[in-house]
Amino acid sequence: MSVASPNRDGLTAPERSPARTARSGGARPGAPRAGRPSALWGLPALLFFGLFAVLPMVLVVYLSLTTWGGLGTPQFIGMENWTRLVGDPVMHQAIGLTVMLTVGSWAVQTPISLLLGVWAAGRQRNRAVLSAIFFVPLLLSSAAIALIWRALLDPNFGPLAKIGPMIGMPGLDFLSSESGAFGVILFVSAWQFIPLHTLLYQGGARQIPESLYQAAEIDGAGRYRAFWHITLPQLRNTMTTSSVLMVVGSLTYFDTVLIITNGGPGHATTIVPYLMYEAGFQNYQYGYASAVACVLVAVATIASLLMVRFTGFGKMRSTREGM
Amino acid sequence: MNPHRAGAAGALALLLFTATACGGSGTGGSGDGEMNIALRQDSLAVVQENAVKRFNEQNDGSKAVLNQIAPDGYEDKLRTMMGSGQQAPDMFFNWGGGSIEPYIEQEMLLPLGATLQENPEMEDAFIPSIMEAGKVNDTQYGIPLRGTQPVILFYNEKVFEEAGVEPPETWGDVQDLIDTFKQEGVTPFALGGATPWTELMWVEYLVDRIGGHEVFERIAKGDSSGWKDPAVLESAQIIQDLVDEGAFGQNFASVGYDDGAASALLAEGKAAMHLMGSWEYSTQLADAPEFAKEDLGYVPFPPMPDGEGHPQAVVGNPTNYFSIVDDGDTEAETEFLKQTYSDAYVKDLVKNGEIPTTTGAEEMLDEAPNPDFAKFQYAMVRDAPTFQLSWDQALPRPQAEPMVTEIEKLFNKQVTPQEFVDNLAALQ
Repeated sequence: MSVASPNRDGLTAPERSPARTARSGGARPGAPRAGRPSALWGLPALLFFGLFAVLPMVLVVYLSLTTWGGLGTPQFIGMENWTRLVGDPVMHQAIGLTVMLTVGSWAVQTPISLLLGVWAAGRQRNRAVLSAIFFVPLLLSSAAIALIWRALLDPNFGPLAKIGPMIGMPGLDFLSSESGAFGVILFVSAWQFIPLHTLLYQGGARQIPESLYQAAEIDGAGRYRAFWHITLPQLRNTMTTSSVLMVVGSLTYFDTVLIITNGGPGHATTIVPYLMYEAGFQNYQYGYASAVACVLVAVATIASLLMVRFTGFGKMRSTREGM
Repeated sequence: MNPHRAGAAGALALLLFTATACGGSGTGGSGDGEMNIALRQDSLAVVQENAVKRFNEQNDGSKAVLNQIAPDGYEDKLRTMMGSGQQAPDMFFNWGGGSIEPYIEQEMLLPLGATLQENPEMEDAFIPSIMEAGKVNDTQYGIPLRGTQPVILFYNEKVFEEAGVEPPETWGDVQDLIDTFKQEGVTPFALGGATPWTELMWVEYLVDRIGGHEVFERIAKGDSSGWKDPAVLESAQIIQDLVDEGAFGQNFASVGYDDGAASALLAEGKAAMHLMGSWEYSTQLADAPEFAKEDLGYVPFPPMPDGEGHPQAVVGNPTNYFSIVDDGDTEAETEFLKQTYSDAYVKDLVKNGEIPTTTGAEEMLDEAPNPDFAKFQYAMVRDAPTFQLSWDQALPRPQAEPMVTEIEKLFNKQVTPQEFVDNLAALQ
């Protein structure tokens, strides 16, 4: 046993236990004990999950071993799609781009939404109005957002074509270069999803008890120390939730890429989900597309499991232990 | 935003709405008394809309419904509908060739041999070479539904006048014009690089002019080593030279065609020329009618110095076809095919600036909105020794799509000409 545990238990146990017994003792006598609900409660969700997630996944695994053009019966070809997948340079590039998009999205979105969220949790003037404005992108559909940005970034007829010469940069065009197009995807996804994560952080920050800040103030902590030593640690679980959403979201990001860049220029924004679409619905190679899909499912599952495990999210220990 | 484009976007939204509304009220045409016709949506569809109206008035028993599908996703949606069985249309728009081969392999389409025997006038109604292009394995599967659509070099007459130059007749002219227009601050060629099938047209013409019709014919027959033909490499080099010279401007990779951007560049005089299918005329007529009527000029693609190809050879879409899904009940569908060569239909085609592929069409061309343009096209197609179907339609899809992506990379200089050739030859 570690040194910390008995110490912590020693502190928390005496306080917590009486409270708990008092609460359960105070409940109506004779009422059934509130235990875990029976497995039956999970049945509807399990059925849906089985029908709409597990079954398709099994079918996709089977399809990945066949060649099928969407018409007629799939022909079994063994591991052919998989060997092709391993040697496909476009797939290699797509994996690299997906990793970059995932890491990039996290690195861009987390600090911004964290700061915005904590700010929005406060009680400042104009906060409600500004928060409502920041919230707007969340209300728009992905397709609408992508179309708006594509129109805004049009190098000939968009506002960019007018603004560019004014600031001494004529010929401003982000979508025709490889890095530019990738940057646009990164930016638009941030614009679209920061509001959601801001909302999460706002909720998390609102939950932090005022007494912690009061205590810190008495101890002489300034604003920044309070942020680093109270707000951030208290938002640990929120950060994990938000990060898992971001990572899984970026791994399966698709619609914006389809509408803004079509995976281009060339294959410069062909991330794995887009490659899957391209293989299936443009090249009509559903077998190969299924192999790509399998990889995607496996990677997304492993990534979220790892994150949950290494952030202690799985244990869901309260951030307010000891209070 | 350009008001024309805003209008087009609004119209598109409305059409999509009505299309889905139709889909909701009666999907799955087979056997429910409704005849569901899948059509690729564009500004020419009004002819088919009128045909459906006429057909429904003439035949009380059956009800034809036009299901217009947005152009970008047309083939994918069609494929999904066909694969699902129940949702399959009764009749659909296609390009012939590779675009219907998979359906024929699955025996989903109705061979039209018997229909043609019963209605001999149907076969006689169309130009033989065009009917021929509607055959797969020597069996007729498609009846022409559109005008013929050769790829033409369009230009803005006003821009040419202001620069004091004439449209190109030789490749040397093209080079001179590029220099002239760059000095004038005008993009020499509009190019919708964000929709890379527009870039394909350049490759098609260059390869045809340099190496002749046989080069691609060999590839289309399944010999992918045909890409190693020196004409392909030379064309690829020419394209990258053009890109380096700024022939397509700096931002062509983010210019789209489907959203009207490339056409607007030409209409607004920001670009001088535009290599595009003949439908460009109808597109301009809808989006920039004044420009289409006053200043839209057109010439054939110029010959290449020392090229082996015939200078009058044409690439593009010979036409589009209606094919019938064989669901056992195809009487109404074959009846509908008769619309496509009726006087009213052909007149509608001509009125919308299309060149009908019916044999008697030449006399009607005086009625065209632009008789000169109509006759120019008719003569171009009539005198062409070969009419190469667009490569992306001639090849099977698993090769066609990667080919278009490779062409996009060539224009974007993401590959060298040699890599381009090697990558294409490696396609299976």
